[in-house]
Amino acid sequence: MKLTKSLIFASALAALTLGSMAAQARDLTVVSWGGNYQDAQREIYFKPFSEKLGKPVLDESWDGGVGTLQAKVKAGAPNWDAVQVETEELALGCADGIYEKIDWAKLGGKEKFIDSAVSDCGVGAIVWSTAIAFDGDKLKEGPQSWADFWDVKKFPGKRGLRKGPKYNLEFALQADGVPAADVYKVLATPEGVDRAFKKLDELKPNIVWWEAGAQPLQLISSGEVAMSSAYNGRISGINRTEKKNFKVVWPGSIYAVDSWVILKGAENAAAAMDFIAFASQADNQSKLPAKIAYGLPNKEAAAMVPAEFQAELPTTPANMTGSIALDGNFWIDNSEALTQRFNAWLGQ
Amino acid sequence: MRGGTPLRRHLAAALMLMPLVVFLGLFFVWPIITMLSEAVSDPVVVKTLPATTEAARAWDRQTPGAGALGQALVDDIRATTDDQAMGDVVRRLNSAKSGFRTLMMKTLSAARGSTGPLDLTTVDERWKDNGYWEAIAAAAQSRYTDRNLLAALDYARNPQGSIEALPPAASNNADIFKRTFVISGLVTLMCIALGYPFAMLAASVTGWKRQLLLGAVLLPLWTSLLVRTAAWFILLQDRGMINSTLLGLGIISEPLPLLFNRLGVVIAMTHVLLPFMVLPIFSVLIGIPGNLMPAAQSLGASKLRAFWHVLLPLSLRGVASGALLVFMSAIGYYITPALIGGPRDQMISSIIAFYATGTANWGMAGALGIILLAATLALYAVYHRLTSDRALRV
Amino acid sequence: MSDPYILFQNVSKSFGPLTVIKDLDLAIDKGEFVSLLGPSGSGKTTILMMLAGFENPTSGAVIVGGQHVEKLPPHKRNMGVVFQSYALFPHMTVAENVAFPLNMRGVAKPDSAARVQRALDMVQLGAYKERKPSQLSGGQQQRVALARALVFEPAVVLMDEPLGALDKQLREQMQLDIRDLHKRLGLTIVFVTHDQSEALTMSDRIAVFNHGKIEQIGKPSDIYDHPKTRFVAEFIGETNLVEGTITKVGKDRTTITLKQGGKLVVDTRPGLEAGAAATISIRPERIHFDRTAERENDFPGTVLDRVYHGDHIRVVLETRDQRFIVKTDRRMAVLDEGDKASASFTANACWVVG
Repeated sequence: MKLTKSLIFASALAALTLGSMAAQARDLTVVSWGGNYQDAQREIYFKPFSEKLGKPVLDESWDGGVGTLQAKVKAGAPNWDAVQVETEELALGCADGIYEKIDWAKLGGKEKFIDSAVSDCGVGAIVWSTAIAFDGDKLKEGPQSWADFWDVKKFPGKRGLRKGPKYNLEFALQADGVPAADVYKVLATPEGVDRAFKKLDELKPNIVWWEAGAQPLQLISSGEVAMSSAYNGRISGINRTEKKNFKVVWPGSIYAVDSWVILKGAENAAAAMDFIAFASQADNQSKLPAKIAYGLPNKEAAAMVPAEFQAELPTTPANMTGSIALDGNFWIDNSEALTQRFNAWLGQ
Repeated sequence: MRGGTPLRRHLAAALMLMPLVVFLGLFFVWPIITMLSEAVSDPVVVKTLPATTEAARAWDRQTPGAGALGQALVDDIRATTDDQAMGDVVRRLNSAKSGFRTLMMKTLSAARGSTGPLDLTTVDERWKDNGYWEAIAAAAQSRYTDRNLLAALDYARNPQGSIEALPPAASNNADIFKRTFVISGLVTLMCIALGYPFAMLAASVTGWKRQLLLGAVLLPLWTSLLVRTAAWFILLQDRGMINSTLLGLGIISEPLPLLFNRLGVVIAMTHVLLPFMVLPIFSVLIGIPGNLMPAAQSLGASKLRAFWHVLLPLSLRGVASGALLVFMSAIGYYITPALIGGPRDQMISSIIAFYATGTANWGMAGALGIILLAATLALYAVYHRLTSDRALRV
Repeated sequence: MSDPYILFQNVSKSFGPLTVIKDLDLAIDKGEFVSLLGPSGSGKTTILMMLAGFENPTSGAVIVGGQHVEKLPPHKRNMGVVFQSYALFPHMTVAENVAFPLNMRGVAKPDSAARVQRALDMVQLGAYKERKPSQLSGGQQQRVALARALVFEPAVVLMDEPLGALDKQLREQMQLDIRDLHKRLGLTIVFVTHDQSEALTMSDRIAVFNHGKIEQIGKPSDIYDHPKTRFVAEFIGETNLVEGTITKVGKDRTTITLKQGGKLVVDTRPGLEAGAAATISIRPERIHFDRTAERENDFPGTVLDRVYHGDHIRVVLETRDQRFIVKTDRRMAVLDEGDKASASFTANACWVVG
């Protein structure tokens, strides 16, 4: 009978431990994209806010995917509070009701922000671009447009593109001669989609697909590809830290807004709202471009950025010419069908 | 009272088994059942839009849907307070027909921002298209559906309800399944080819030499999969160690394409999975009595024939369980193919991951999982038949 | 007399710095049953392995049937080997095991089947053809191993402690069976054992090994009754060793004086010289307690211990000169510890081992 008793004791102990673990209150948890971007955020947002709050702020990183957030909210009591999401995840999650509503009064009103940064469920955190990048030391006469990107005779070598239909269909249409302003109009028709895939077919043998944001830099550095689509912040980052001469081609680039959201039912929802307000203040936000070259959705903050960093930002008027804003609505409607088609196309 | 009464002893035994039973139930039975039910259950529209469901079941699909179902949908939207449930409806409908997300976002705010009758065609032109209404009607048919399972195999029901194959440009899961099994099979064969001689070598030496050989196999297991895969990425690239060595030696003049293709994937996966082949073979080999090979030789068999007739058949059990372990692990791989393989080397797990984390389409992820599970079980049955062959029953 | 069938000439074998066999000569005739007997580590198994081809001699020649075989691989030697732990192939049936050497030699199916049947009948296992080895008892498995080693009619059968794993009764039965097969088939058998009684009952000749050398080779009765060395005397059977000095060498009898002054009379043999030290072996069963005039030697003493063995009684007798072990028949069951008795034996029962 000794055995039975010790078993009962052991299970009781286990139950106690589990219970006490669950009962312990969790500190505010902020989730972002990791890498040097999150390092910068930690310096200018997380640490100062933690001091202001007088409590620790935990930060974690993730790789995106609305399913991840959905799973957390559906399981009840999500272990994340504030999460930085992409355009599409914002719209999808908002439609699915997995985010808390934003208290715009705390942020000083919607009019303080650029239009694409304002929504019911999220506040814009950064504006970033996906553009052609190449090594200026290797290619003296670089590409000027997506047509050049497609031209492997003029610029021999492989091309890096992010795996997935998003961005690539837009780029393909521009390469095929569609003006930037009309890209989404053409893409909204079945013929337009066929046209984009047909154009991608041309380049397919020369494409190296990447998935994580650091990969295109590595591919360009090693010479695996001659040029690649890449995130503008990463390009400026590697130029600063590793003294590279990587160039960004702004015309034809697509910019998008990443937003802060609060997961529905999050334990620290109120603190998360305060954190978002803190991170959206002009004087705090304006410190970001010195560390990483992302544009700022707070209009006042954008004006406070020193001139030396302005040239690297997607939001600088010169860089905005010829670029397009990512159409979140198009992608939330069509992402699933087009991704399925893209995967099928990829595997053929 | 030694050992207690039989009842007490049974109780103690049952208590000792409890953790195992709970573990199996929680981490094995329950996920599979959930996956199965996710794949075939489709209750969201029926549950969240009861009035629309009723109207849809009575609808002839000829008359404009906006007239027949429109008001019911508006009423349902106004009656629902659960945003998440409505989110499920939207996601379910959008995966049947693209466009529902924005359409429903508009419709939701219009319906909630007004009272009384509302003509949906004035909210959005798209409601004039009966395609959207047909999608709703199809989803309202039943709480259960076969669309995920069909889609997982590249089939779909047309508006008339009969099953037809999807064009390969739209869906090629079957190809990806086939590829998954081909790659896994190749990796398994490679592991046998490399692992068997290695296990024989390790079994034939003793002391520190054996420790060293087994350590060499086990060491990679202590490193994370991602790190090992990244290491292979660095080795295999055009300017990587292998290519630069071969170029430097003048053996090749152009870098060998080792990365972003099948070869690279098989090399990296073989490396990662080799321990699962070596260890079972090794443990069977060291269990074979040492005097069988001398006996065979004394009876007139050369070393090679003694191996073929005695050692090989006796060690097949190890090869079979090693092959099973490697194959089963291989079909679940997706990091390695994603990083090292080309687009034509992606395996089914990456598709499952796309549906699970990318679009939160748990039904589709579950359906693909079930097809994979079924195919794997079928293969296991074949394996079982082969290995319960007389030659292996010792 | 024809040339010996198996011949070891000046064979040495070393494993690294360790010399296991040193300058060994051994000749075995065709049809002979020779046991290699010795304690473990004495080199007897190494001799067998060299004969089977699993070890090569470091130097010297091994000749079988007039042919040098030092470099011949095992599978070309045509020798049947029976291992201690049977070494049956667990994945094959009894019949497949026995057919294995025939398959390796390309014997046609019908012929092979008939020979397998004959071999199995010979070991009384004809009915067990379809069984797996794991379904047989130890004795049955060993008989299968025997059938497998004999079915291809090898020139020589080598047995490496084949009965070591069996219990006593089975072992004795198998000893008789193997001896019977040897006689019936005229086999040449080299039999390695560390069990002296097994060697005595089965062999034509016994070679006693110690430290890589042959101490003595000869018929079982020679080895038992006339051991050449103290080691052989002690290793083969139980014996009483008495040490003393030769004091008088007569025509028929030689007298040896023991340390305590007692005198021992033995048969005179060439080589015995007065003044030399001598060790004498007296087998316990040749000592008696009933004194008669014919027994030249007589040592009175006290019974120290008495053990009943059923067929005989083992008595330890303490005398002034020597402690004697005596195997006597049950008529002496009246003797008890502390009783006075006298060990008496003939001069003929004493053997000077050196």
